[in-house]
Amino acid sequence: MGRIVLNKVSKSFGDTEVIPPLDLTIEDGEFTVFVGPSGCGKSTLLRLIAGLEDVTAGTIEIDGKDATQVSPAKRGLAMVFQSYALYPHMTVRKNISFPLRMAKLDKAEQDRRVERAASVLNLTDYLDRRPGQLSGGQRQRVAIGRAIVREPAAFLFDEPLSNLDAALRVGMRLEISELHERLKTTMIYVTHDQVEAMTMADRIVVLRAGHIEQVGSPLELYHTPRNLFVAGFIGSPKMNFIAGKEAEKHGAHTVGIRPEHIMVTEKKGSWAGVVGVSEHLGSDTFLHVHETGLADTITVRAGGEVGFRHGDRIHLTPRDDVIHKFDTGGLRSE
Amino acid sequence: MATQQSRSAARIMLAPAVILLLGWMLVPLTMTLYFSFKKYLPLRGGDLGWAGFDNYVRFVTSSAFWPSIQSTLIIVIGVLLITVVLGVLLAQLLDQPMWGQGIVRILVIAPFFVMPTVSALVWKNMFMDPVNGLLAHLWKFFGAQPVEWLSDAPLFSIIMIVSWQWLPFATLILLTAIQSLDSEQLEAAEMDGAPVLARFGYIVLPHLSRAIAIVILIQTIFLLSIFAEIFVTTGGAFGTRTLTYLIFQRVLESQNVGLGSAGGVYAIVLANIVAYFLMRIVGKNLDA
Amino acid sequence: MAKSFTNQRMIINTVVAWGIGLLIFFPILWTILTSFKTEAQAINDPPLFLGFDWTLENYSIVQERSDYMRFLMNSVIIAGGSTLLGIVIAIPAAWSMAFVPSRRTKDILLWMLSTKMLPAVGVLYPIYLLFIKFGLLDTRLGLVIVMMLINLPIIVWMLYTYFREIPVEILEAARMDGASLREELIYVLTPMAIPGIASTVLLNFILAWNEAFWTLNLTAAKAAPLTAFIASYSSPEGLFYAKLSAASTMAIAPILILGWFSQKQLVRGLTFGAVK
Repeated sequence: MGRIVLNKVSKSFGDTEVIPPLDLTIEDGEFTVFVGPSGCGKSTLLRLIAGLEDVTAGTIEIDGKDATQVSPAKRGLAMVFQSYALYPHMTVRKNISFPLRMAKLDKAEQDRRVERAASVLNLTDYLDRRPGQLSGGQRQRVAIGRAIVREPAAFLFDEPLSNLDAALRVGMRLEISELHERLKTTMIYVTHDQVEAMTMADRIVVLRAGHIEQVGSPLELYHTPRNLFVAGFIGSPKMNFIAGKEAEKHGAHTVGIRPEHIMVTEKKGSWAGVVGVSEHLGSDTFLHVHETGLADTITVRAGGEVGFRHGDRIHLTPRDDVIHKFDTGGLRSE
Repeated sequence: MATQQSRSAARIMLAPAVILLLGWMLVPLTMTLYFSFKKYLPLRGGDLGWAGFDNYVRFVTSSAFWPSIQSTLIIVIGVLLITVVLGVLLAQLLDQPMWGQGIVRILVIAPFFVMPTVSALVWKNMFMDPVNGLLAHLWKFFGAQPVEWLSDAPLFSIIMIVSWQWLPFATLILLTAIQSLDSEQLEAAEMDGAPVLARFGYIVLPHLSRAIAIVILIQTIFLLSIFAEIFVTTGGAFGTRTLTYLIFQRVLESQNVGLGSAGGVYAIVLANIVAYFLMRIVGKNLDA
Repeated sequence: MAKSFTNQRMIINTVVAWGIGLLIFFPILWTILTSFKTEAQAINDPPLFLGFDWTLENYSIVQERSDYMRFLMNSVIIAGGSTLLGIVIAIPAAWSMAFVPSRRTKDILLWMLSTKMLPAVGVLYPIYLLFIKFGLLDTRLGLVIVMMLINLPIIVWMLYTYFREIPVEILEAARMDGASLREELIYVLTPMAIPGIASTVLLNFILAWNEAFWTLNLTAAKAAPLTAFIASYSSPEGLFYAKLSAASTMAIAPILILGWFSQKQLVRGLTFGAVK
């Protein structure tokens, strides 16, 4: 069981307020991702939940009980750190069983849980090695193993994949999602990578400068971003923003159009432009179009077989039904 | 970056060390200050009342004061010169590729681990003795008259002994500093056409300047209070009475505690001036 | 061509460095050699280098006449006791400053260092007086306390610089894993810092072993360590070079061996982390 409720939680370091008062409820069993650019306070928020930092004001409830003053050891949460934070002087087995030893579980139960975690994570062959003898991915799995044996109320992940190379990252992403499906335990996952957020989360919390910009499922954020920041942050390549006359036509201060919602044609279209760099990914082609008179660059996601070259004159047509409109304050208007 | 809980735990865990050192500093210091304003002769009447600044004036006007400052300075500066100059050269040499580098390093460092009373006595008797000392044999071998080291050249002899003890320290620290020099810098200078001496002068020495400053400051603090080397060689005779030794004599030998304490206050002030500069270097390093 | 040039330089370097190294080491070597001579051979003219009758008699004479073992025990107890006591007090303090730094941490560290700079002679009489008052004069306990106090700043500093190299996340992981502060220190920090703690112990043992101001001034017969034992040779009677050498060799040998292990740490410890 792990329902976590943050009530008017705020955090200041000295005179600087990194998190202004904030309310958030994380439902039991939910996979919640905190995402935002670096310095947005997402890691601090996680550390507040973990109890590694004190809240300046407000309360944190875990499973209906006020945990604000409870030490991290007693909150019943498990954390996976960015650097994995494995104990270098202990074997994998000792690392994984450490929380169980601290909880004074009997030896047989410890062994049983360690064996089970090791088999789930494919670590059985490595139980007697030390962290220094493992690869990055294996270390990551040991860190996860150490977290799951405690059967915690919730898992906290602090950018756990950022030290892995790209291929491993995709693999571990799937493993963690798989783990969540199996355990159905609350997970809070911090990342700056919106792809990780989109692919893993049940619910995403977008943070900027300590503020919650929007909370919602990945598709909610994609389809109905609440403001310009979320619109620009979620989705890759980034949404195109157009202000001025073209926006006024739609009755908005700014309109946003995702690159995948623009059609490219050789002749005839709403807007004319010149192709700059085009990035061929095989499945898709990202065209950077200039001289449209709308914005510096309009990014377009076209099919993989499009054959435009640098300097070609082309025409663009946005899909009218998926144009996002924002008012002068940058908020979604509809 | 921590919780209230861990901060209060930290305070509690820091407390014993801080309280002990605070006591170790304040209690004797206060007592020394107190005695320095007293006429206090434990063996000749004990506490004879307040003396005002009498002790301070008497300490600096006594005939022994300026000579003791002079010998202190000669010893400190002499040892610093020898150890820093030789230390830089030796560190440079030890940094070169050679066979048995590890062993040579050990040979060079060894004197630092010799306790001061041992090195002073070994030098005094087995090397500097005018009849049986090895140096006397060497002098005779070349047909020269053996030197009465500790009475004819007492300061020089003590500088030799102390330098022998501290050269390893300077060498070791400077060697560590040299090894932290990015070799690509030297190779770049070599590519730029700088000859060996220029490379040493423009790259190695500036790189070493901080380490040299640290060596000088730390050694100065230790050298200002060398004691055993004088205690077992000359016992302060033949003009080797340093400030430290003079205070020691006033306090324990002639049991004039008031006067000695005033001297102690002078020594503390002197050490603090040196310490201030050392702190600034170390403190700067803490921030980095 | 290039290879023979480097070879030539290697040879020159090697010869010069070995020559200087042996010259610097010579007084120690000579002391060790002399300790195996008879007193007459020790002052032989010309000096004997290797061509003498090796004997161990000086070692047994030193032990018999002056009860060397007692001084040795005092040295071990004073240096060892003060170091261990210092470590026990310093580990929590260094933990505090390394992992829960505050705005005052730097000032506290520098202040601790400054107590190390206090010239001993400036506080000689007060300490002497306090020792008499508390019955500590010429006791091992008294010297353990004083030696601990004079080395405590170095111990705290060395541990602090080692602890700072341990990522704080690992300690936080232990906290998340349900370890109490005590368990965090015992099961995670201390084992991880073992190499650093060992070098700190080593260096401070050496410093305490060789300390010769307080040991000479605060001991007489009962608690005198080897520094004082050797100093008693400064006004000897009769022939004594070989015996002095034997006593000296015994006093420095353990430390020479320990010292070789601690060369690297020596730099860090004696420069307070300013040179690494």
